[in-house]
Amino acid sequence: MSDNEQNSHLTIALAGNPNAGKTTLFNSLTGLKQKVANYPGVTVERKEGAWTLDGKTVNLIDLPGLYSLDVTSLDEQIASDIIRGDQAGVPKPDAIIAVVDATNLERNLYLVTQMFEFGVPVVIALTMIDVFEKQGHEIDIEMLATQLKTPVVAVNAKSGRGTQGLAEQVAGVIGTTPEIPYEYRQEDPNSGPHGKIFARYNFIANVVQESVWHSDHQSHRITDKIDRVLTHKFFGLVILVAILLLVFQTIFSWASLPMDLLEKGFGAVGDFIKAEMPPGMLTDLLVDGIIAGVGGVVVFLPQILLLFLFISLLEDSGYMARAAFLLDKLMSRVGLHGKAFLPLISSFACAIPGIMATRTIESRRDRFATIMIAPFMSCSARLPVYTLMIGAFFGGKYVLGFVSVGALLMLVMYSIGIIVAIIVAAILKRTLLKAPPPPFLMELPPYRLPNLRTVLQNMITRAWLFLKRAGTVILAISIILWALMYFPRSSQKPETSSQNVTAAVPGAVATGEVPAEESQLPESEQLKNSFAGKLGHAIEPVIKPLGFDWKIGVALIASFAAREVLVSTLSIIYNVGKEENEESETLISAVRDAKTDDGKPAWTPLTALTLMVFFVLAMQCVSTIAVVRRETNSWSWPLFMTGYMTALAYIAALITYQGGKALGFE
Amino acid sequence: MTLTELPIGKDARVIAVNGEGRVTRRLLEMGVIPGVSVQKIKMAPFGDPVEIRVRGYSLAMRRTESDAIEVSV
Repeated sequence: MSDNEQNSHLTIALAGNPNAGKTTLFNSLTGLKQKVANYPGVTVERKEGAWTLDGKTVNLIDLPGLYSLDVTSLDEQIASDIIRGDQAGVPKPDAIIAVVDATNLERNLYLVTQMFEFGVPVVIALTMIDVFEKQGHEIDIEMLATQLKTPVVAVNAKSGRGTQGLAEQVAGVIGTTPEIPYEYRQEDPNSGPHGKIFARYNFIANVVQESVWHSDHQSHRITDKIDRVLTHKFFGLVILVAILLLVFQTIFSWASLPMDLLEKGFGAVGDFIKAEMPPGMLTDLLVDGIIAGVGGVVVFLPQILLLFLFISLLEDSGYMARAAFLLDKLMSRVGLHGKAFLPLISSFACAIPGIMATRTIESRRDRFATIMIAPFMSCSARLPVYTLMIGAFFGGKYVLGFVSVGALLMLVMYSIGIIVAIIVAAILKRTLLKAPPPPFLMELPPYRLPNLRTVLQNMITRAWLFLKRAGTVILAISIILWALMYFPRSSQKPETSSQNVTAAVPGAVATGEVPAEESQLPESEQLKNSFAGKLGHAIEPVIKPLGFDWKIGVALIASFAAREVLVSTLSIIYNVGKEENEESETLISAVRDAKTDDGKPAWTPLTALTLMVFFVLAMQCVSTIAVVRRETNSWSWPLFMTGYMTALAYIAALITYQGGKALGFE
Repeated sequence: MTLTELPIGKDARVIAVNGEGRVTRRLLEMGVIPGVSVQKIKMAPFGDPVEIRVRGYSLAMRRTESDAIEVSV
């Protein structure tokens, strides 16, 4: 690796206002050759791609969407550091492509006037000209370039028109020094602290006056017409709720088929390996540890993809800003930003994309408060647990003759999560994350048809980040959990263990629903003597006040990796067989009939309710912890989150169980 | 009067943006500077935030921000 080779690599930065078409242009220039990571030490996303310029491959850096380079936010800090060449790991750019939206010229040019001051040559990529001209306005591009003393190229990122010209202009400016086209004297005593801002806008006003011809007749913009309905005081809210319902209904119903297929696929792979490989530790590790563990998380991929499909559609169309506009007052009562609503709503599917979606909130404290409460939203991983508990103890029961107890309990669980989240957010915003209300200045961009390519690219990026985590963190945790249940190996004597198993699941055997297969018998004996089993016994004193025995304890410990693991662990523990899913009649009856070591029923309706309450509030998801670690860039936040959530869960479960017992429930 | 007091649908010219800190600066950078004309478009369902049109685009802000903007009709 010679230094010369390094130096021949050019770096071009792509910068512009949010909604100026920057992402579309970036995707159009780099295609699939892009990578997404974080800048070291912060949570600002770093997007880079390869772009062919003058026959050479250059590195194109997509800067965060910005309104200004005068550092007031983290995004602006990173962007100005990069342009200055102060960002570690990123070479100083050789040129900047400034993406400028023709329909919003004045404010977009403000950022450009700041760019000139960094001494890096700038080429303006003018987008949305077709829209601008359709509105009846005209723009003189040559005049604009003359006034700004920098090249201006009209581009259409969707069709690719103009990108060739853009490449030529960028190649042409490299090595030149930009001229600052406006005058401002810092020492002018009359200018005040904001004199520079005024000077820039005065200059822009002149430029626009010279190069743009506005049509007289104020065409009623389509956006205004749509907004008359979508941000209407009453109908706006009704439509918002309807859209959210539609999104979540679709996520659940569309995702169920591919999820089933994935689940069956992993099952089939596991079966295949079991059949083809000699029995032994390696096979067990592959099947019960890696495939079951990683597979259990990867099955959520369809939901993640669909959620990000909808997020992208809502964001790109411009609706997301309207939703934040409609809900900001409600959210600000709790101390949150209007933009927090979508991450929270997303968390009902899964907290991971929800937490990832908090990136749209600029204020760090608002963002962290949102992250801290996102896992209280009952995610889809809690559903199998709720379903099992309700199916086993509350199925087929009705109150008032027609309201199903199961549906009611489900509603109660979701409500507990929401109410606790509101309280915690209010407390956090008054204590740890106390801050003056952040400026709420949000652009309501014109409605636009989402760009299919941008939407797909976003889905692929999110899916890849999700899979990468499944392949690393979750893989490691799965192996550890498996090892805890697998070691130490107990001597396998079917005669002695069979007695134990019968004692553990007498009902299941008696009803004949569970064929007591000889090969499965050592499983529960093994579990009892495993590290996990010992752990279960060790925590029994702690969970006894909640009405849980050591076997539930084992499942509880395992469920801290991922909530739905409770179901699979219970089915191993009660020896029903690993292939059973949560709806299985046999697992339900095994749970109903399970006995503690002293022969009492291990589960009562009250225990089931207590467990559900615990699951609403506890932080039992390694992937979420990993994501919070990444998004907050510290270990203290995820640890704090795990600690306080689990403490809350324990207290709430204790109140539920002891209170229920005091009221005479079982 | 302040932008908060400006009736919905009315045009006005910005006279001053009061205050010093980050919010003021951001307002100015978004193009809300003395002399620019603004139009109040609508209020959100619960009376806050408010949507204004400035320099050809729509900007939403909370009451705390619109209180700081002095306008004349």
